Amino acid sequence: MSSKVRRKPRMAVFKFASCDGCQLSLLDAEDELLGVARALDIAYFPEASSAMLKGPYDIGLVEGSITTHHDAQRIQDVRRRCKTLITIGACATAGGIQALRNWKDVDEFIRVVYATPKYINTLKLSTPIAEHVPVDFELRGCPINKHQLIELITATLAGRKPNVPTYSVCLECKRKGNVCIAVAQGVACIGPVTQAGCGALCPSFDRGCYGCYGPMESSNTESLSHQLHILGQNNAEITRAFRSFNAWAWQFRKAGEESERT
Amino acid sequence: MSKQQTRTIKVDVLARVEGEGALYIKLKGDQVQDVKLNIYEPPRFFEAFLRGRHFSELPDVVARICGICPIAYQMSAVHAIERALGVAIDPSVRQLRRLFYCGEWIESHALHVYMLHAPDFLGYPDAIAMARDHQSIVQQGLRLKKAGNRIVALMGGREIHPVSAAVGGFYKVPSKSALKDLVDELKWALDASLATARWASGLDFPEFEQDYEFVSLSHSDEYPFNEGRIVSNRGLNIEASEYEENFTEQHVQHSNALHSVLRGHDSYMVGPMARFNLNFDKLPDVAQQAARDCGLQVPCCNPFRSIVVRAIELVFACHEALRVIRGYEPPPLPRAQTRARAATGQAATEAPRGLLFHRYALDQNGLITSAKIVPPTSQNQKRIEEDLRHFVSQIATRPSEEITLKCEQAVRNYDPCISCATHFLRLHLERD
Repeated sequence: MSSKVRRKPRMAVFKFASCDGCQLSLLDAEDELLGVARALDIAYFPEASSAMLKGPYDIGLVEGSITTHHDAQRIQDVRRRCKTLITIGACATAGGIQALRNWKDVDEFIRVVYATPKYINTLKLSTPIAEHVPVDFELRGCPINKHQLIELITATLAGRKPNVPTYSVCLECKRKGNVCIAVAQGVACIGPVTQAGCGALCPSFDRGCYGCYGPMESSNTESLSHQLHILGQNNAEITRAFRSFNAWAWQFRKAGEESERT
Repeated sequence: MSKQQTRTIKVDVLARVEGEGALYIKLKGDQVQDVKLNIYEPPRFFEAFLRGRHFSELPDVVARICGICPIAYQMSAVHAIERALGVAIDPSVRQLRRLFYCGEWIESHALHVYMLHAPDFLGYPDAIAMARDHQSIVQQGLRLKKAGNRIVALMGGREIHPVSAAVGGFYKVPSKSALKDLVDELKWALDASLATARWASGLDFPEFEQDYEFVSLSHSDEYPFNEGRIVSNRGLNIEASEYEENFTEQHVQHSNALHSVLRGHDSYMVGPMARFNLNFDKLPDVAQQAARDCGLQVPCCNPFRSIVVRAIELVFACHEALRVIRGYEPPPLPRAQTRARAATGQAATEAPRGLLFHRYALDQNGLITSAKIVPPTSQNQKRIEEDLRHFVSQIATRPSEEITLKCEQAVRNYDPCISCATHFLRLHLERD
């Protein structure tokens, strides 16, 4: 056996403003976790380990959005230490549900939640990682799909393009043989403009898609807003439909603002 | 080392907790001068941006407070809204909600017992390193966690932020045969939980007992999930609607989470130990017997033994899941009809980490006008600091490195979820 052992690639997991669910997806890959740990060195993952290597890292997974001055600086440092930087989940790729502040007065928000507002330090906007540093791949979802995460890590290690489809939820629905709930039951569904990845979960549970994977590449939100009107949704309801976990993604942002104006 | 020397021990990032927090401890000689649990997880303002949202969106939105216990948030939210709207749920729906919660408890407790807490007792940085020497133990933990996740994924489509919970019931309920498919794995999980309890009871526990006020739900004939009065071992006995008259939140400078205290009583503990101590007689025989076999006293007042108590709750949750599945008949309708009205509703349910209180006010169109959410970790935060204060003074003569490790372990006794309470633990121990 050769005395020279090739160093295993190092992976780090960083957290910004988030619910921890996307990084938990890695621990929820119960069947793959020990295999992943054999293929690479999980060098920094505070949620799972107290051993923290400084880096540099071959792969950095970033969860969460930027909401504080400190985090805006920290992400610069994280970027410098990661060869490949991958953002995971709606917070990191679109600002998350906490980006609802972006249309409101954050100082008023602080007063509503906290008795002593001066103790709280936060930015006016919650923004995705790519607004701060270059990102090599954005994995969508609220939460991400753990199988897509494993595929992405595998592809990155192999130096190939990950197989992560960018078509809409409608295709997943068709493939599952679901009857379209918008057409058949008149249920409001934003699946036609939402990126696949969840496996068309909500329509499979007799409810409309609420867009947790964010806008698909070429989404026609204008046409969908029109359809939602026909189904009886008012402007406030349509605004809310676009304004949830991926509210700040530009297509949903534009669609929400348009229905808010009309 | 001179008696009067001040020491600061600092851990920048406290690991194996959910979220971002810090701990600061200052010692002068063997006297503890200051203990601060500093939660620096950035605030996300759920209570503020929920205003103006429709009540039907709540289960999806509040789930995002915490990726580890989304069902807890969904359950407290739907019950609070159902109370506001005067909606009665079908008895089968009630059973299904218990099953849903069993899934979350199993997944969350297995995660904490095996991946977050056990490495402290066995001297590893994480479960992956632990697996090199204790592979079968770690694999048992992962499979147990997966068994809980299977319940959640079957009932809600996915493990994290499941999509089925609705005000009045569920969007879609599982068939009898789909639930039957879980039985074999849950039978294994019940045995594995019993093995977990036996194994955990053999770990080394520091001698440390405190005089706690335990707070949890209490139900006349069930170990509590979604229903019951809020009780304590010091005479508290109230409805969830009286929560805010009895508990108050304090905003302290060193934390982005609000400290919760019981009026006239001060700090208290919620979570597995509180539930176990207040509801031991409601546990099924198999869990009671397992607790006795593990040498657990009632009340158990050593927080380091919470790992054993969590294992007993794993036994309960697997047993309860099997019970619900055996007796399951799908409800006639997946969810009850709801009609919007201006009203306020409160509810408390038992998240894996303890009592989770929600209160919502709605207008006549069903839009939320105000929201209040009190997660378990903010209720435990003050108690964690007090544990540390007493525990550090007990081990103050030890080397700083050992104090640091032991204090981190003492924080992890509570399985703190800082994303819930807001988020990161930084341990900072200072000595003169």
